[in-house]
Amino acid sequence: MLQKIYDWIDDRIDITPIWRDIADHEVPEHVNPAHNFSAFVYCFGGLTFFVVVIQILSGMFLTMYYVPDIENAWKSVYYLQSEVAHGQIVRGMHHWGASVVIVMLLLHTLRVFFQGAYKKPRELNWIVGVLIFFVMLGLGFTGYLLPWDNKAYFATQVGLEIAEQVPFIGTELKTLLAGDASIVGAQTLTRFFAIHVFFLPAALFALLAVHFILIRRQGISGPL
Amino acid sequence: MSKEKQQVSRRQFLNYSLMGVGGFMAAGLLVSPIRMAIDPVLKKTAAGDYANAGISVDDITTEPQRVDWTIEQVDGWYQSKPSKTAWVYKDDNDEIVALSPICTHLGCVVSWEGNDQYPDQFFCPCHGGRYEKDGTNIPGTPPLAPLAVYEQKVENGILFLGNAISRKGA
Repeated sequence: MLQKIYDWIDDRIDITPIWRDIADHEVPEHVNPAHNFSAFVYCFGGLTFFVVVIQILSGMFLTMYYVPDIENAWKSVYYLQSEVAHGQIVRGMHHWGASVVIVMLLLHTLRVFFQGAYKKPRELNWIVGVLIFFVMLGLGFTGYLLPWDNKAYFATQVGLEIAEQVPFIGTELKTLLAGDASIVGAQTLTRFFAIHVFFLPAALFALLAVHFILIRRQGISGPL
Repeated sequence: MSKEKQQVSRRQFLNYSLMGVGGFMAAGLLVSPIRMAIDPVLKKTAAGDYANAGISVDDITTEPQRVDWTIEQVDGWYQSKPSKTAWVYKDDNDEIVALSPICTHLGCVVSWEGNDQYPDQFFCPCHGGRYEKDGTNIPGTPPLAPLAVYEQKVENGILFLGNAISRKGA
């Protein structure tokens, strides 16, 4: 049945080359842990992406309950955490996954660094990777405020004051992030929510696409 | 047709036109969203309103005392009455000084003689930042700037306080 549906579609729009192009490629021996176990270090990039997918999925479901409003943000988090079946698990995935992403990303970075895999011709992909790292830090920073508890509030207070230390544009940068020159409040929460849920993920998707296209074009760096 | 008129080919002309129109449309699309996003930066901050700090000038001594009062705060669409705190005293010239308790290091709250080891100083419990009585940060402790000073005025013998004004680092 499924085969028939596939054939019917393929017959008309020829999709086989499309997925072949994406999925069908050789994995060199030196990056295959089944062949040589120490090759597991090559898994960290893929694991980072895997956790990112978990973050996106769990985050999408969290927004079914979360409201970015200072009166109700904490209550909505408390509700989904304590009253909604499996809410604790989904928020737990998002909460712990946020840390796991950073860990995996750093391990991936260390592998690339110590294997010298960033060297010519892969410098551009290193740069894109660093940008992805910054976007991830931004996601962590903006996501931290959303539960609107004391820890979130004061961590953001400190973070905004760090942003204020930027030479020349510090004050404006802080206002731009916080939505108000002196208050960390209603406008800060909506802003951080928008950045966390729309702006940074959009940037992340674009950068990840470039990251993956480049690695497919250039191939994985050779054995040491 | 002369050769000079051939310098821009039809193809180039169409390319430029399409790019121009496309760029214009993209710009038109982005103007309002960007202006909206940066609005808080360009908004003029309201001139400092003074609020009744709830302390009579006669009750202010040379010893800093903690004063708490509430202000009417408008945060976009959200209005609230958060409480504010100041350390108020009269200096040697009998002038009233109202210091913000916000540590200039990382924003914790300092208190006068908050640590028994350091009498006659403001002390921040977070990282041990210290300030002189006039709010000057003590070198060698984390803060890099003096405590902010509240704008103040006296009406009918009652102290009114406005915005806290930051001071440059020593």
